[in-house]
Amino acid sequence: MIKNPAEIQETLECILPQVQKPGRYTGGEFNQVVKDWGKTELKVALVFPDLYELGMSNLGLAILYDILNQRPDVLAERAFAPWSDMESRMRSSGTPLYSLETMHPLSSFDVIGFSLPYETLYTNTINLLDLSGIPVFSSERTSEHPLIVAGGHATYNPEPMAPFVDAFVIGEGEEIILEIIDAVKDWKGQGKSRRELLISLSSLWGIYVPALYKPNYGDDGVFIGIQVLEKKAPRQVVKRITAKLPPPTTRFIVPYIDTVHSRVPVEIMRGCTRGCRFCQAGMITRPVRERPVEEIIEAISQALDNTGFEEVGLLSLSSSDYTDILQLVQEVSKRFASRHLSISLPSLRIESFSVDLMDALKDARRSGFTLAPEAATERMREIINKPVTDQQLLDTCREIFSRGWHNIKLYFMIGHPAETMEDVKAIARLCKDVLQIGKQIIGGRAQVTAGVSTFVAKPHTPFQWVVCDTVDQIYAKQRYLKAALRGKGLKLNWNSPEDTMLEAWLSRGDRRMADVIYEAWRMGAKFDAWKEHFNYQIWIQAFEKTGLDPTFYTHRERPIDESFPWDHISTTVRKKFLTEDYLWSLQGKTRVDCRERCFACGILPTFADLRRENPGDTWQCPEVKSRKISTQDLELLNLESLPVLVKSSL
Amino acid sequence: MSETLTRIRIYFSKTASIRFTGHLDLQRTWERTFRRARLPIAFRQGFNPQARLNLALALPLGFTSQCEILDVWFENPVSISELETHLVPALPVGLEINRFQEVTLSEPALQTQIASAEYHITMDNQLPELQANCEKLLQSPSIIRQWKGKNYDLRPLILELRALPDSPAGKQCIFVHLAAREGATGRPEEVASALGISPDLTKVHRINLVFLNNE
Repeated sequence: MIKNPAEIQETLECILPQVQKPGRYTGGEFNQVVKDWGKTELKVALVFPDLYELGMSNLGLAILYDILNQRPDVLAERAFAPWSDMESRMRSSGTPLYSLETMHPLSSFDVIGFSLPYETLYTNTINLLDLSGIPVFSSERTSEHPLIVAGGHATYNPEPMAPFVDAFVIGEGEEIILEIIDAVKDWKGQGKSRRELLISLSSLWGIYVPALYKPNYGDDGVFIGIQVLEKKAPRQVVKRITAKLPPPTTRFIVPYIDTVHSRVPVEIMRGCTRGCRFCQAGMITRPVRERPVEEIIEAISQALDNTGFEEVGLLSLSSSDYTDILQLVQEVSKRFASRHLSISLPSLRIESFSVDLMDALKDARRSGFTLAPEAATERMREIINKPVTDQQLLDTCREIFSRGWHNIKLYFMIGHPAETMEDVKAIARLCKDVLQIGKQIIGGRAQVTAGVSTFVAKPHTPFQWVVCDTVDQIYAKQRYLKAALRGKGLKLNWNSPEDTMLEAWLSRGDRRMADVIYEAWRMGAKFDAWKEHFNYQIWIQAFEKTGLDPTFYTHRERPIDESFPWDHISTTVRKKFLTEDYLWSLQGKTRVDCRERCFACGILPTFADLRRENPGDTWQCPEVKSRKISTQDLELLNLESLPVLVKSSL
Repeated sequence: MSETLTRIRIYFSKTASIRFTGHLDLQRTWERTFRRARLPIAFRQGFNPQARLNLALALPLGFTSQCEILDVWFENPVSISELETHLVPALPVGLEINRFQEVTLSEPALQTQIASAEYHITMDNQLPELQANCEKLLQSPSIIRQWKGKNYDLRPLILELRALPDSPAGKQCIFVHLAAREGATGRPEEVASALGISPDLTKVHRINLVFLNNE
């Protein structure tokens, strides 16, 4: 196998002209950071296990790259998944996966960090380890190999990837990434075993080392609990949070080739107070923390000067809920009016105020306005806790058309709990009603695009008990929608039911699912998020080979007191709260925005100290004044389930 | 606005990893470079405002060049010295300025002024009788080839072709001069193929763009 950068560079000269989009594989972009390899103590490769175009659009990766490279003793370089044409040439020429900055093989780094925002990257992760010449199983790696770390939203259920990853980062990476670096640096100097490194990492707040835990299953195959094999490892791994968001990253690499998002991304707020019951992001990113308007404006200004990007994305889970959103939008359009920018403001609520906001971004292209009612009946929107009335929805659409937009995109899901065919039919009816309004206002140019995905019950949400629709059920619902949403001005997008099944297996899997993933990869599964590559039959065969039943993960009724394979990963939103919220949903009971009233989800009791250290509007949770915990809080706290770390701070 | 509109011609080289950046992506790379330099590029009016930039002749993916030309329009007068101060630090690796020139607004579009282009094709492998093969090819009355499923005659597009005696880095090299008018553009890799050389085993470098009327 080729070992040094010069040899890799030479091979690339030959193979790059033969592959599609060679610009994915060259590096050398503006703002990439190249440090002296020989003089830098600790080397980190950051890997997004999908194409360059996706990875370069990922904000998390850009943030970690920036933070790591600011440290003089650390260098961070990037790697992405090569498309199959490139991979086959790399394999046949003996070229391992290499970093874009200096063309070093990944195996020569100290730490490799994989970004796993979604589950369909699992086979790619294994494939890239293999392409790097690194053993894919953690247990087969030695002190010679890099430490394999993974983080991102998908890792809130780390179990399906447990055998392949040395340490998972649960939660936000900004602070912990530096603590990992320090731990690895200490360990390197001491000549200790790899296991000792893993044990020391496991004591960091937010780190989960799966090798130190063993899942147990009952006779019926249902998960019954996790056993801690190492006494220093915490019984529960509490997610890491950054109590006060640091100023946004402003130094982004500027890709030469077109990527999914080529823009300055600025996270204006983290977390969401709305409590939609299907939404994993809303549950796991609590508490809500906002960045000050001035800080955002300053960051945009710097980032534009650093990159020359022509677009700015103001990102959050629910833009309309940012406290000073109108001021921010006005400030942005005033301050940067002369720069010919396009500003995107995704995730707006269904209310006419959202139209005002988009209007204030004067030069925003009037191509499409996106709303996500998620369900088409008021009944269903109450079940999922996204209570919007039909009237409110139709009024908002009327406002959108009358202010100059031609196309309204409406996002829905099918397969919600307690869904009937009436709820599905209502999707078509609602889209047609909206189109009718558009026709009245702007005539034949009006367009409605319905994006209908299928609900998957995600871990750590109030809906984590819910059974997934079967492939046949999904087909029947989609068949209806395809027939009903025909004609001029109507468009329908949907996901294939097989994609949904894979997403459900991978997101709900226990540690046994790792065997299925491994077998599927061995049979050629990779790029599962791409229809050019996704092969459902491979996955069915992988299940057969391992003797696991796919329907066990997707279609089994679960008792309300069932233990889940991810219960030892704590988002600090208590299971008791999730259970109650699920039961409420069955009665059609909703919760208001938790800025209006705290429902004691568990964040505050766990992070009381952090809240006290960050008073005022930094968090959108109520303030914690006294150091004494009230009896009500104590009741809410399930002390048994708290890790030592947090208990000692109370 | 039109009163202050300024048109500048930039002669530049394209090497290193940016050679794998295609025509449209290169245009965007230039736009971002001007934006980083805070230079007041002009925009075409319309639904989707586009920066006013014009590249002379697309350079195929993977080729390097020492003779690329770009016309850019600025909303306000920009001096050559301002360009030197602000633009150069904002350039990505692989783009290098050779010179700037102010151009009158009335001059016709850059693309319409190019007549032909000259290239060096360097071989990765040693090939026998290269010069003889070049001469033989030039003697053919026509060279029918296929491009994107259509037959065309390569021969009239070849203006000059010869093997170079002393080639850089001790590798064999040919010089080829090809027509580059709209609808009649010769491709160097097609010449290599016609000579029986696999284009994958060559490196192409553009050395000169020739203007109409021998400007």
